[in-house]
Amino acid sequence: MTATNDDIVNIEIDGKLVEARKGQMIIEVTDSIGVYVPRFCYHEKLSIAANCRMCLVEVEKSPKPMPACATPVVEGMKLFTKSPHAIAAQKATMEFLLINHPLDCPICDQGGECELQDLAMGFGRDISRYNDRKRVIKDQNIGPLVSTDMTRCIHCTRCVRFGEEIQGNPQLGMTGRGEYAKITTYVEQNIDHELSANIIDLCPVGALNNKPYRYSARAWEMEQRATISPHDCVGTNLYAHVLRGTVKRIVPRENESINETWISDRDRFSYEAIYNPDRLLSARIKENGKWRDIGWEDALSEAADVLRAATSEKIGFIASPAATVEESHLLARLAWHLQTANIDHRLGRRDISDQDNDPLYETLGCGIDELENQGAILVAGSNIRAEAPIIAHRLRKASLRGGAISFANAEKYEYLFDVADYLSGAGLVKMLAGIAVAAAGGESLPDSVEALCAGVEADDAQRRIAASLQDADDALVLLGNIAGRHAAYAAVRALGAAIAQLTRAKFGNITEGPNAAGASLAGVLPHRERGGKARDDAGKGVAEMLDSSLDVVVLVNVEPDADIHATTDAVAKLAQQKYVVALTPFVSDALLEVADLLLPIGTFAENSGTYINVAGTWQSFSGVANPVGESRPCWKVLRVLGNLIDAEGFDYVTSADVIEDFKSRLGDFDHSIAYQAAGKFAKPGTADAPGDEIDIALYSVDALVRRATALQLTLSAQRAKAGDIA
Amino acid sequence: MGYEQNLVCFNTLDSKESWSLATYEQHDGYETWRKILAGKLTPEQIISEVKASGLRGRGGAGFPTGLKWSFMPRDVAGQKYLVCNSDESEPGTCHDRDILRYNPHSLIEGMAIAAYAMGATIAYNYIRGEFLDEPVPRFDAAVKEAYEAGLLGKNIQRSGIDFDLHTFVGAGAYICGEETALLESLEGKQGRPRFKPPFPAHFGLYGKPTTINNTQSLASVPAIMRQGAAWFAGLGPDGSGGTALFSVSGHIEKPGNYELPMGIAFKDLLNDICGGVLGGRRLKAVIPGGSSCKVLPAEIIMECTMDYNALQEAGSSFGTGAVIVMDETTCMVRVLRRIARFYMAESCGQCTPCREGTGWLYRMLTRIVEGRGEEADLQILVDVAGKIEGHTICALGDAAAWPVQSFLDHFYDEFAYMVRNDGRSIVDVAAEAAA
Repeated sequence: MTATNDDIVNIEIDGKLVEARKGQMIIEVTDSIGVYVPRFCYHEKLSIAANCRMCLVEVEKSPKPMPACATPVVEGMKLFTKSPHAIAAQKATMEFLLINHPLDCPICDQGGECELQDLAMGFGRDISRYNDRKRVIKDQNIGPLVSTDMTRCIHCTRCVRFGEEIQGNPQLGMTGRGEYAKITTYVEQNIDHELSANIIDLCPVGALNNKPYRYSARAWEMEQRATISPHDCVGTNLYAHVLRGTVKRIVPRENESINETWISDRDRFSYEAIYNPDRLLSARIKENGKWRDIGWEDALSEAADVLRAATSEKIGFIASPAATVEESHLLARLAWHLQTANIDHRLGRRDISDQDNDPLYETLGCGIDELENQGAILVAGSNIRAEAPIIAHRLRKASLRGGAISFANAEKYEYLFDVADYLSGAGLVKMLAGIAVAAAGGESLPDSVEALCAGVEADDAQRRIAASLQDADDALVLLGNIAGRHAAYAAVRALGAAIAQLTRAKFGNITEGPNAAGASLAGVLPHRERGGKARDDAGKGVAEMLDSSLDVVVLVNVEPDADIHATTDAVAKLAQQKYVVALTPFVSDALLEVADLLLPIGTFAENSGTYINVAGTWQSFSGVANPVGESRPCWKVLRVLGNLIDAEGFDYVTSADVIEDFKSRLGDFDHSIAYQAAGKFAKPGTADAPGDEIDIALYSVDALVRRATALQLTLSAQRAKAGDIA
Repeated sequence: MGYEQNLVCFNTLDSKESWSLATYEQHDGYETWRKILAGKLTPEQIISEVKASGLRGRGGAGFPTGLKWSFMPRDVAGQKYLVCNSDESEPGTCHDRDILRYNPHSLIEGMAIAAYAMGATIAYNYIRGEFLDEPVPRFDAAVKEAYEAGLLGKNIQRSGIDFDLHTFVGAGAYICGEETALLESLEGKQGRPRFKPPFPAHFGLYGKPTTINNTQSLASVPAIMRQGAAWFAGLGPDGSGGTALFSVSGHIEKPGNYELPMGIAFKDLLNDICGGVLGGRRLKAVIPGGSSCKVLPAEIIMECTMDYNALQEAGSSFGTGAVIVMDETTCMVRVLRRIARFYMAESCGQCTPCREGTGWLYRMLTRIVEGRGEEADLQILVDVAGKIEGHTICALGDAAAWPVQSFLDHFYDEFAYMVRNDGRSIVDVAAEAAA
């Protein structure tokens, strides 16, 4: 602590001398020294409400007990958290909380993990003295994700404050007065926000609960296993709650530097897809246009035969950025063994013309937790609330701290904070060129963007954005997924980098999938090997592969109709290929059409491995659930395939062996490969026309989310189906 | 006998159109304000004068007004606010309404002086919604008169002093009389008290330094400034300067609002001013300062003088000066049930003890009145009241607890009789015996 003496006060807690920071609330100090004060309304991520009155403690010289959550410490304060006076006050509150609570713990999902139940054990009476009629509140349907039993509510208002302070759109509120005060949506409506279901964890009782999970397990019979979210580049930390090998629900795992205590709704509810009827339960082979199930042994030897028989340069690997580092490593090694460089994970990237100047792997440009400290951020080509809800939340925090957050995107999306400027309606290149011109302020522009900016004049908004980046001590230019899929991405990136250079801001990307960084580093790229080393002869990228006629295409966790944006008509183009092997957790009409061999692999929950997130953080996880059907972890399938085609060194036993092998082969790689502008980019013409952008809706980002039943019932999913992605 | 009436807030009452600017000026109204506009009074002088006068907040808590004013940060730039609390809702209290109706200019001048003393340039008068028919238009008309006379506005009479006064009409919630709930309501939010600290003097209306004073407190200020702190302090006993507006109601021959010097003997108020107990019956009990104060039985109150210290020593408080008189025919259990219902209905619902406890108290009392009470309930009543008292964000919890505690303290036998006799009141028995 760098506090000066003036900032420190000496207080006494239960007879123990403690140093605290001036202005800290009592409860922060007691928490920091491990003295537990009971509480319901207090939550360290939310504002103070002081309404539950459970944290009352005795403060010397105060005739009344004081709420620990709302009483700042002062020099010489003596407080008692467990004195008869304090305990009496806490017990009094507990008695009041319980008189109108239904005490239906046996049929309440919160039972066993309920803050009220736990504290009632310590502070409640055995028998209630209240013999009058209890209050009953009619339940409301607030959507497919959160169930309500509002009779159980203790009015702590954590959910209300979450809506106001974290989401930014209050959807729940407390109406009515006195005994009739109740938590409700102001008008009958669904809650509708990408983080909305966090109120399930915030609710200290069983009033707000997990709707899809309802009545399906008890807290004490499940095991809690750590895992990582596979839906976006954040790498949100999760716990899976598993009953006899089946995932019953997902809850947040706190990680202050990544997701704090929050998870997005799709992180929480995508697990439903693990048990979707679309799961591929055994290997299948297409013979004379008809599908039949086959055993693993036959399936793998078929795949090996096909690969062995193919001409090297006519083999292609198309992998999802959701493949783990281990899987990416095995794929890259298989390709190397088969002497093909036709391997790619960039399913969405239409423009790879400037790929030789790609960074080693794309990152945010700063830590996820550093986003909120930026004084100015320009987010270009992004629907960030759909692409990475947790990053959108950090941007909101940055804005609340006074940061100027601006957007440049053809389509205008809604943000629940004060957006400094929003450029929209035009092509991204055009808008960014204006900002670059403003940032140059009459000085010369970098060579790469000179032609792009020729004749461009900045408007007021573009000048404001450039100035905000220039003026801030910490500033960031961030390109989103829509930018990454832009038909003239090279020009977009050159402009973004130029703006960052001219304004001395950092430059970063929002990447697709959970492990784009790992795939790049492992060499699942046509132009680079492991560690970013340039290949002597570059292979084909996704679009080129599909536009060629190959002997074998191996799809790894890719749904060609929904995941491939690098080229159009991916399904038709794949159907033209000679042989398609698909490693996939799910069957779909498109896969049945294009593939010749389907190999069932596990979802993230049945897999172990490592993801490298957009901040460059490596996070390994173990499998949490039993495999569904005959499916096997993808890395194991790749390993056996390697054995069958006699690739050397494929004798891994565990995924940990794979990652160790990867690390040792990676050795000292060149960390310094960063984006370098090269060449001059010409104006892209129609490639920059507004309307050409590819955006993917919040609940369509991957095969899991697309099959999560509850998520597909949300208002957001329904809007997307009606054609409105925002 | 010989108490002089209407010395301060009601000093225009004897004149025709007592509410007009002309009448107010005939009574030397706006003399102090004009002095301020002429640069002849400093904020420090005003605050020390009000401190010396012994004026205490008439809204119920009795906090020294001058001291409260001195809490406002002096050397901080930025907007500061003065708010007048005319959300007069304490049961039994109806005198602020008459200030608004009969002497609104005393309040306007008082607010102007107070705002100047604290460096506030904008003031709001928060008036309860039920006053919409007469007090609000009357007050608004007076504000308009004052503006037209060049007494309010920006750079008033080229003095460099700004003072704008706005009326805000509440929607009829008792809790909005609590000063921080009032601020929330004024900001357009639900009227729910804020926890303190921070206090309004540092974080008040829209987060700016704010002082909230009661109507009568502010309306007393011009008279203090005109006639001097010593004169005002000398009207009442030590610790209770000035006059009080008593709203006397209940079993009384002449109910009404009376402005009298602080420290008047209760028996003089009862007999000489109000004509005695209704129908010459015997006095049973008095709630001396609105329903939130503790009840005092006849034998105690008859010995009391009506001022802060005396009533506190007697076990109650001065409150708002709303004197509720109850004669021997009053059933104390039913009265308490009615009071308990009020606090249940008016609890804002945000903090646990009050939200849950007020309803519990009311339900137990209802059971007792309906003949379904048990002797154990009486102990639980006192216990529950004790668990609300001092445990809540605002004072409404205390206000709900004190009547229960005091009624059971002084009239336990009536409650015990009722639970033992299936809801039959001891008062009814006495009445039947007399018949």
